[in-house]
Amino acid sequence: MRSLNLRATVVSLLLLFCFIGVWQLASSGPLVGAAAGKQTAEELEYLKMMGKDAGASKSTGFPSPLQVAQASLGHLSDPFYDRGPNDKGIAIQLAHSLGRVGLGFLLAVLVAIPLGFLIGMSPLMRKAFDPFIQVLKPISPLAWMPLALYTLKDSDVSGIFVIFICSVWPMLVNTAFGVASVKREWLNVASTLEVSPLRKAFQVILPAAAPTILTGMRISMGIAWLVIVAAEMLVGGTGIGYFVWNEWNNLSLPNVIFAIGVIGVVGMLLDLMFGQVQKMVTYVE
Amino acid sequence: MWSDLSSRTQLTPAALSHGKTPNVNALLKIEGLSKAFVAAKPVFADVSFSLARGEFVCIIGHSGCGKTTILNVLAGLDTATTGNVFMDGREVIGPSLERGVVFQSHALMPWLTVRQNIAFAVKSRWPDWGKAEVNGHVEKFVAMVGLSPAIDKRPAQLSGGMKQRVGIARAFCIQPKMLLLDEPFGALDALTRGTIQDELMSIVRQTQQTVFMITHDVDEAILLADRILLMSNGNESEAGYVPGGIAEVVVNPLPRERVRASLHHLDGYYELRNHIVDFLVSRAIAH
Repeated sequence: MRSLNLRATVVSLLLLFCFIGVWQLASSGPLVGAAAGKQTAEELEYLKMMGKDAGASKSTGFPSPLQVAQASLGHLSDPFYDRGPNDKGIAIQLAHSLGRVGLGFLLAVLVAIPLGFLIGMSPLMRKAFDPFIQVLKPISPLAWMPLALYTLKDSDVSGIFVIFICSVWPMLVNTAFGVASVKREWLNVASTLEVSPLRKAFQVILPAAAPTILTGMRISMGIAWLVIVAAEMLVGGTGIGYFVWNEWNNLSLPNVIFAIGVIGVVGMLLDLMFGQVQKMVTYVE
Repeated sequence: MWSDLSSRTQLTPAALSHGKTPNVNALLKIEGLSKAFVAAKPVFADVSFSLARGEFVCIIGHSGCGKTTILNVLAGLDTATTGNVFMDGREVIGPSLERGVVFQSHALMPWLTVRQNIAFAVKSRWPDWGKAEVNGHVEKFVAMVGLSPAIDKRPAQLSGGMKQRVGIARAFCIQPKMLLLDEPFGALDALTRGTIQDELMSIVRQTQQTVFMITHDVDEAILLADRILLMSNGNESEAGYVPGGIAEVVVNPLPRERVRASLHHLDGYYELRNHIVDFLVSRAIAH
């Protein structure tokens, strides 16, 4: 009996080949000049004037898998070059994006986890903070952008702020929930052992709530990676989002598609990373 | 100290006289305890008893009579509506390392191994101890409950009986003045329960530990306890509501050196057992 993993891999590869096949077929579509035989001289002249030369073989304009592969290879073979503001290697662009996400995320951790502890441990604080969280949570992080740009006066810092504001909510809500639902019995054990509040927080509540907190961090990281692309498209300058926007302005679809792929793969790696950490702190009861 | 205590609490004359009497053996004194969730209908009222040093007392009664509440009050985890608890003449106002608790649900921390769970308690009791000292103490108490081979396992890898043994070791390792056990064997099968009862019995005899234990099991109470408190439920009678309380205190007449295997051959065993069962069947609901 073959393992499930092996069979799943085979099906995955099959799906990939189907996808690339369909893509190849669709992008290599009919030539514009194919119907040339049926057209009159005037019509041909007109087409020529419109830039649709019947003689030239033209694709639909959508790049074929091969073109994308070539573009990707070009980027991956030299990921660290830097030729001015509009032409940087993909690794440098990614580093800028990851740097912003990392910094914004870290700030969010520093705010959300202590605040989540407070809200989780005190019913008063929970009730007091609840309306603010409920109102602020559903706001699209990009809506903060103008305000951030105006007050912070720096596109880079604004990007970091937007990441901060979008990753703070899932972490805050999850931390508060995790802390509030720590089993009564473990707290009772700590009380009967006269454990100091600080030790109780770090050695009982934190490990007990860690799986829930990590879930919040994982969700936050996912959202942050979604948002950074959009934010960088808006503020420009550097980053993977800016790269996509720039290549769109260059009408270089192979590069855009390559960037989309990179965004997906990096997002997956980030999620896998948090998945591993989550495994480490998860306990079986 | 004493004047501070008397100004803070309203000591009953009985408690004061008790404090002066040379009765050094009473470790724990409970006076006029009641708990009411609905003011007019306390679950139990006027519960008073005392525990002598080295004494093993079981409390037995139907569900809902307030046994666990009493135990939690003794532990300092809950507060009574009225009444006071004194330990060594000082009022119990919160949880303390002087009273070890074994919880019904064992309450081990699942992210820690057996060693770490017990070390957590040891470090709480003696924060200044070094690593080696803590570890030596932990291993001694794990060995005491026969779990040395499983010392580095996590609770999830242990059976119910083993988990409860760890809970017992954790309560003993802080060497408390007294031990509170909240129906510790309730969730175990009969065979495991018997083995751990014997173990607990021998440990308690060795360490001269004072124990207060909740149980539902009549045989368990007869095996372990020096005295058995029979508790009745609160009840609506024709004359009005009668709160629950301690209906009777049975002194165990059986010889103290008894074992589970021959318990039912001892003279007086059946009389004692029938008496308690009769109480539970016919009198436990207050009239």
